[in-house]
Amino acid sequence: MKTIVGEKLGMTQVFTDDARVVPVTVIKAGPVHITQIKTPERDGYAAVQIAFKEMKAKQVNRAQAGHFGMAGVAPAKHVVEVRIDDASGFEVGQQVTVADVFQPGQRADVTGISKGKGFAGVIKRHNFQGQGASHGAHKIHRAPGSIGACATPARVFKGKRLPGRMGGEKTTVMNLEVVAVDAERNLLMVRGAVPGPKGAVLVIREAVKARA
Amino acid sequence: MNTLDHIEAAYLRDDVPDFGPGDTVRVHVRVVEGGRERVQVFEGVVIGRSGGGLRETFTVRKISFGVGVERIFPVHAPIIQTIEVTRRGDVRRAKLYFLRDRVGKATRIKEKRT
Repeated sequence: MKTIVGEKLGMTQVFTDDARVVPVTVIKAGPVHITQIKTPERDGYAAVQIAFKEMKAKQVNRAQAGHFGMAGVAPAKHVVEVRIDDASGFEVGQQVTVADVFQPGQRADVTGISKGKGFAGVIKRHNFQGQGASHGAHKIHRAPGSIGACATPARVFKGKRLPGRMGGEKTTVMNLEVVAVDAERNLLMVRGAVPGPKGAVLVIREAVKARA
Repeated sequence: MNTLDHIEAAYLRDDVPDFGPGDTVRVHVRVVEGGRERVQVFEGVVIGRSGGGLRETFTVRKISFGVGVERIFPVHAPIIQTIEVTRRGDVRRAKLYFLRDRVGKATRIKEKRT
């Protein structure tokens, strides 16, 4: 299983061995515990369910207490299912740490919920160019301009890029370089930015499109 | 930011001398040229420090062959071998950007009396 769940701690920069500055995102990744293993015979597909971040005893409801109790794992806030081809080699209750999954130099894909931007205009949301600051432009500087023709087709095409809610959606940033792995403190550093605010829950997997 | 401070602590240098805007410094920089490493000295006036923690940088300005040259160094950069403070300047401002508009005698900075 080449996946782990983590929490974004924030960004900083570090120096590489050849003295270059690298912008990194620090992620508290794992440890996660396997709470359930799904098999094609019983569930129709193979997957491993992992749980991250322990929660307080009073937050646990009865359904959760039962589910985590069966696995013999402390109740956790976030449960993620990871599809795999072969579930053998995993057992319920097993702990997976970041060092089991990643080594420095590998590539990773990071999935999370992006920061919500609210109701955004077309310049921010779709990278439109906007209109002139002068040349007679009046109160239309950030407006989208024409959104279609007139009597033909007499409607606006579906999918036309217009203002609306932006952000707050599931986003994956692919092929980020793993800069450092701290097994002791369960920390993972990847080069570049990842979705979401500090404290966001992230699913980090080995890059699926990594170039050899 | 507590957790990140721990991470940055591993990269912070503890041999950075105390210096600030107005000071004249000699920055010994490691330069790799064709596989060979040598040390280059950049000497000039510190005209400002910015940022904090591991991200902190300082700007050194000097006049080279009649042309003003500024170089920005990260305070904790491993390419810096040493920083020598050769003169303490007495200035009232944190950023000495006004030096860019001055030439010759007007760029002198009073020495701090201790």
